[in-house]
This record gives sequence, structure tokens and C-alpha cells, in this order.
Amino acid sequence: MKPFTYQRATSPADAARAAAATPGAKFIAGGTNLLDLMKLEIEAPAHLIDVNDLKLDTIDETDDGGLRIGALVRNTELAADKRVRRDYGVLTRAIVAGASGQLRNKATTGGNLLQRTRCPYFYDTNMACNKRKPGSGCAAIAGYSRQLAAIGGSQACIATYPGDMAVAMRVLDASVETVDPEGATRAIPIADFHRLPGDTPQIETVLRPGELITAVTLPRPIGGTHFYHKVRDRASYAFALVSVAAIVRDDGSGRVAFGGVAPKPWRVEAAEADMARGAKAVTARAFADARPTADNRFKLPLAERTLDAVLAQARA
Amino acid sequence: MHKSEIFDVSRRGILAGGAATAAVTSLPRMAAARPAEAARPETAKVSLTVNGERHDLDLDTRTTLLDALREHLHLTGTKKGCDHGQCGACTVIVDGRRINSCLSLAVMHEGDRITTIEGLGTPDKLHPMQAAFVKHDGYQCGYCTPGQICSAVATLGEIADDVPSHVTADLTAKARFSTDEVRERMSGNICRCGAYSNIVEAISEVAGEKA
Repeated sequence: MKPFTYQRATSPADAARAAAATPGAKFIAGGTNLLDLMKLEIEAPAHLIDVNDLKLDTIDETDDGGLRIGALVRNTELAADKRVRRDYGVLTRAIVAGASGQLRNKATTGGNLLQRTRCPYFYDTNMACNKRKPGSGCAAIAGYSRQLAAIGGSQACIATYPGDMAVAMRVLDASVETVDPEGATRAIPIADFHRLPGDTPQIETVLRPGELITAVTLPRPIGGTHFYHKVRDRASYAFALVSVAAIVRDDGSGRVAFGGVAPKPWRVEAAEADMARGAKAVTARAFADARPTADNRFKLPLAERTLDAVLAQARA
Repeated sequence: MHKSEIFDVSRRGILAGGAATAAVTSLPRMAAARPAEAARPETAKVSLTVNGERHDLDLDTRTTLLDALREHLHLTGTKKGCDHGQCGACTVIVDGRRINSCLSLAVMHEGDRITTIEGLGTPDKLHPMQAAFVKHDGYQCGYCTPGQICSAVATLGEIADDVPSHVTADLTAKARFSTDEVRERMSGNICRCGAYSNIVEAISEVAGEKA
């Protein structure tokens, strides 16, 4: 690990200011992803700003009947919240499908959104990777790409967004609240929060330098039956090959987002018009622009079958 | 406690001796490569409360909680396996919740209450979970065992606190113990010897249930 200086921030605006003012600074909350990458020197911040004292760890009801989840609410506490379990079951299901008990006790709501890819070529510092070292190329495209993106990738990068929580946030139309170094706040729809790689795969979100996530807001509950089905190589503690976050109403209409298939949680709202017609119709539209590799072509029928299993369960 | 200390010291002495021999042969290269980094270690002060005892430390900021426990406080019960949060050997309990101590910086634990395997029980007065692991043979080589036991104790706490899991059927009902729940919730602790079935039996006994 490279040496770094360390400070504890005392307010969100203070943290954002310090991040903008200090070259090579990064925020640290749970640290479960950042420290892993720092040990491999894939991340090498010169300065860490510990945001754990910022008191952003409560879940509060909003005026319009939704929930405002502080950025520092741990995955465990968010998944266990009674209101979330009752009204936003897809979110609890997604969180408990990810990582291990130990990691969920540390991982935060804000940090989880910023989780970096598990592409093996990103992790192997001997390999070309445009995300880790811009301009060095992508060893994954002609390499072992079984776990990587089947849609949304580019000539520069086919890494997947690895998380589960954000896939549920996407189907719930969450919005990400931030504060910037000037103290200005904004709300970013989750649909716009993660970027597709294009020719700058190193830029993964629309956050600006120094901008800090302070909360994630969920709109009022939309009812329906909530599902998160995750298909993976092990029964527990593994990243998704394909996951399906879905909310299905009694009349068969609903919403669906896919994880493990793209550089961001993958949701095509237009495809949801076909929910009542079945999984094949939905996935045909949602994956119309798919460009799978020979290794990960299987994800397309797998996504259809996983959604089919969800819809069958919803009918039962 | 005495017996295990004597055993530990002699075994560790041998290991340390081996490492020192290796270090001497590679010293010139190490010395040439290190000075720039060694010249300016960034340090910070932190107070850790470990097993009820407060320790004031001045640490390189890079020191993980795991390395602080093992290398600075000489609490070597907590084990380093993968050092990347994948195996669970380093599991300790911080403010009532289990975490991977390898993926946490010591300086981030100011004022936290940390419990390691040494704080759960002693050879003379085992924690019920330690006694159950012994009774049910919940290990072979024993390397993952301190992490398994800390994780198991906290797992029962999480069920009692109504934290749901991936195998919880009804999210609106209170979380309940079952062996399926244990298998899912303990998936962050790997046992390379494969003592899993006995581990589940040990945890079930402490929970007062039949495996």
C-alpha cells in the first residue's frame, strides 16, 4: 500500500472542500472495496478523508411518503429496516444477496454505489486495462470475458458494474443526493448516476471532483410484489452472472432491472410495457442492442430465463 | 492460559528465527529499495478498546485493524488468511457487529469496542461457542477457527436483532434461527479443511436448536 495522510471530516461540506483542496484525496467510509484495491495499488490515494463521523446514518421518512437513506447507513441496517422490508422488499433482497455478513456490516449506502468492477483484468496490474490505466487497452475483450458485460460496453471496456443494491435502487427510481466543494447540493436520478464506458471507462459516475454522496432517496412505495433473483456460480457470497430486480403488480405489469450484464444497472423502461406478455418479449427489447462476447453470450438466455422464473413466481 | 502461552512463544520463536535468517540474506536489496518510503511514514494516534482494555497507539496510517491487533497488541488469535476480505479468518466483533479486520484501517476505530477471540473466553473459561466447537470438532487445522467463532457469535446476535438474510422466506416476519440460515450467514467464513457440518452443529447447539 502507498503511504497516505488521513483526516476525519466534521461536516459533509467540509469533507467536499477538503477533497477538492487536497491532491490525490479520496473519501473513505466502510473501506471494504477501497482498501482491497489500495493493497493491490490499483487505488493509491495520497490522502484519505474519513467521512464516518458525518452523522449521515439515519433513515428518515420524506414529506412525500418515501425514505431518505443517509449515505453512511450500513448495508445490514438498511436491509433490516422494517419500512424497507415492508415497502421496498426488492432492496432488502438485493442487499442480502450480496457480499458476506462481515462486509455488509461495514459497507455503506453511498460507498456501495461507487463499488468498482470485479473484472479480472482490472484487478491484474500486469494486464492492459483502460479503466485502471487509461490508454493501455482492454485485455478483457479478447480475453476471459465470461463474467463481463453483454450490453452497454465499448471498444475500450466491457467491465460490469458488480453490485446488487444499485440494481434495486434503479428499479425503485431512487435519487442520489450530493454536496459539492462549494456547498451546493443536487439530486441525481439513479438512472443518470452511473456512466457507460464509451472511450473514458475510468470515469464511472457523473460525480464531479470532490462531490460527496450524502443520501439516497426512495420515492413513495409503488406496491406490487418485489423480487431479486441472483444467479451466480456459488449459492452464496459470489458476484452475479445475471440478476433480476423486479416489481410485479397483480395485473402482470411492473418494472425490471438487470444486474451483472452491463457497466451499470440495466433497465430499459420501454421494455416494461411488455411485462404482461412475458419474459421473452421483455428481454428481447431490453437486450436489443446487446453485443455479447463468445464467453458471455449465455447471459442473454439466462436473463430471459431468470425473469421468466420471477414472473412464474409472481403468478403463483 | 499459561500452557498455551508457552506453546505460542516457542512456536513463534522458531517462526521468527526462520524469518530473520531469510531477512539477512535479502537485506542489501531491501535496504536499497526502501529508504524513500521509510523516510516519511505517515502516522496517526488512535485509542483502541480491545477486549475491555484501552490501548493508545501511534500507527502508520496504512496499518489495518488486523495488523494492529496481531503485530502491535500481540493478540495473534485473530488470523490473517487472504488479507482481502474473502476468507473471514480475520473476523472480529466491533461494537457488536462482526467485520473483516483486514479491510479496515486501525486509525478508523478510535473509541470503538473491539472483541477478539481472546476476549470471548479463555482456556479455563471457554465461551459457550468455543466449548461447542471443541465438543463438535468444528475444525481440523484450526486456522479459520477464531474467525469462525467470532462470526458465529455475532451471527446469533444478528438473528436476535432481526437482521434478515438471503434465505429468509418472509421479510416481514422476525428473523429466526435455522440451519439454512446459519449456512447462508456464515458464507463469509471459509474452512479449507471442510469442517462445515460440525461448525453448523456447534452453532446450533449454542442457539439451543437441533442441527
